[in-house]
Amino acid sequence: MRVFKLIFKNALRHKLRTLLTILGIAIAVVAFGILRTVVTAWNAGVDASSANRLISRQAVSFIFPLPYNYRDKISRVPGVEQVAFANWFQGVYIDKNQFFPRLAVDAETMFDVYPEFILTKNELETFKKEKNSCVVGADIAKQYKLKLGDIMTIEGDIYPGQWQFVIRGIYKPRDNTTDGTGMYFHWDYLNDRLEADDPLRAGDVGWYIIKIKDPARSAEISEQIDAMFKNSNAETKTETERAFQQGFLASTSAIITAMNVLSFVIIGIIMLVLGNTMIMSARERTREYAVMKTLGFSAKHLTGLILGESLFISFLGSCAGLLLLFPLIDGFSTVIPKNFFPIFTLEPITIVLAVSAAIMIGIISSIFPIQKALRTKIVDGFRFVG
Amino acid sequence: MPPVIQIQNVSKSYTRDSFEIPVLNNINMEIEEGEFQALMGPSGSGKTTLLNLIAGIDKPNKGKVIVAGTDISALNESALAKWRANNVGFIFQFYNLIPVLTAFENVELPLLLTKLSKAERKKHVETALEIVGLKDRMKHYPKQLSGGQEQRVAIARAIVTDPLIIVGDEPTGDLDKNSAEEILLLLERLNKEFKKTVLIVTHDPHAADRAHQIKYIDKGDLVEAL
Ligand SMILES: Nc1ncnc2c1ncn2[C@@H]1O[C@H](COP(=O)(O)OP(=O)(O)OP(=O)(O)O)[C@@H](O)[C@H]1O
Ligand SMILES: [Mg+2]
Repeated sequence: MRVFKLIFKNALRHKLRTLLTILGIAIAVVAFGILRTVVTAWNAGVDASSANRLISRQAVSFIFPLPYNYRDKISRVPGVEQVAFANWFQGVYIDKNQFFPRLAVDAETMFDVYPEFILTKNELETFKKEKNSCVVGADIAKQYKLKLGDIMTIEGDIYPGQWQFVIRGIYKPRDNTTDGTGMYFHWDYLNDRLEADDPLRAGDVGWYIIKIKDPARSAEISEQIDAMFKNSNAETKTETERAFQQGFLASTSAIITAMNVLSFVIIGIIMLVLGNTMIMSARERTREYAVMKTLGFSAKHLTGLILGESLFISFLGSCAGLLLLFPLIDGFSTVIPKNFFPIFTLEPITIVLAVSAAIMIGIISSIFPIQKALRTKIVDGFRFVG
Repeated sequence: MPPVIQIQNVSKSYTRDSFEIPVLNNINMEIEEGEFQALMGPSGSGKTTLLNLIAGIDKPNKGKVIVAGTDISALNESALAKWRANNVGFIFQFYNLIPVLTAFENVELPLLLTKLSKAERKKHVETALEIVGLKDRMKHYPKQLSGGQEQRVAIARAIVTDPLIIVGDEPTGDLDKNSAEEILLLLERLNKEFKKTVLIVTHDPHAADRAHQIKYIDKGDLVEAL
């Protein structure tokens, strides 16, 4: 018999209690892992945004448009390299529950401003030439089995009617933080039709994307742009893409903060669950620890025994949790809108955090029982009635 | 040869809720090597306390406890633990076996603190269980054994390290007459055949009769008779 065998036998003494504790830890690890994954996915989305791009939107709200003629004025601001613009088109493609961004964009500049969307030279040229063409992300092409030359028919909602686009480009995301689920078509195509059907809405763009030469000057340039349209009936609010991303769903970022906090609250909860089990066990074994001390087992031995059991349980719990977590995250990543969280994978840092948290929890939960076992004098241990 | 156990001017009190409860008052006592002695007295008179001092699981407030030439009242916690492991075998009223360990593993427990190899440990454990007549119950867990059998396993655990003295605190206190008889025979044998010094606390006059000598304690004092 080795000491490990005694640890093992001790841990399995109350099988149901140990099982419930392991399950509790496993569930907490799963919750922790999912929350952390959401948090890292969110941060990755923010990180992916470029520091040398500014977004200029209507000052009152993102949903109000800006005049098309701002384009040239913005281009003339010193430090501005290129100006693109986009309109939120939305519409329904095949299934109204399947959401991915569909935007009317400035075909000439869009892919210069977004170099992370990679098109072949040929694709880009054809796209620019044909007004009714569009470019889709590789992920969307894969999901809907689309290839070059296919026609996408979209049922308009913001812009009613049926819209047809010929796919002339399938862009590849540059890296895994780049969204591969976008669909982009000519703003001109949208605008031409609006001029015919709904002239009041023509000539507007949703927001401007401004590429600047020096990211360090972003604040200054933003101010300059906003100053230019001050007191017009469409004032702008210009900020870096990163700030825009973070502010895009201000409430979401509050949720993310909450999740961040919650993920650590969960660690606290596991600590209580395991700590409670360990304290109960140690209490029941008061007499046995007195026996072991009588036989000559030292403080070191008892510490090893209790700590070992605590670590053993927390280790099993976190293993079970991780085993559940992998398929769960995989499952989530297929149903979560890709553009919302461009990457939704279990990051190694999350695993490291979960495992080190489990080890830490194992150690902390055993501190009190160890202290108790060591402090109890042998004679008091024998007189103890549980 | 000096007596194996020498108690010199030993006093012991416990403090409970800041009250000092005197338990033993200036006890002097000697036990020769190879003796079989019984300690008797009313409940609460301090028998267990005295036995614990001799066995080195508690320390006196005053006086010396010298066992085989070592003043154990002067040893620190960890030295005392080592000393116990090498010199004393314990038998408790309620057996105090570890419930998740088999009879074999329970007896093996004190040997885990030695440098013996696995094979050597096995040999020692089997010998000890053979002496108490439970070699065939090696793989049984405590709850699969009768009280008498459990106590015999406890005796095997007490003798497996070949200690100098064996102490028992009411070792037959929780057993029926027949089982108690078996245990007493065993203790007698350990004393006669294996030359162990045996000291037991008991309430049972029948058990005390087996001892060579009976010592009486009353309200913390050694007395001639009760
Ligand atoms: N660890 C302790 N803490 C506080 N008081 C104690 C402790 N051990 C013993 N006592 C007190 O010391 C006195 C003597 O106790 P002890 O256990 O030595 O008596 P005993 O003779 O063995 O009695 P019994 O026959 O009932 O076992 C009792 O009043 C008891 O309450
Ligand atoms: Mg007693």
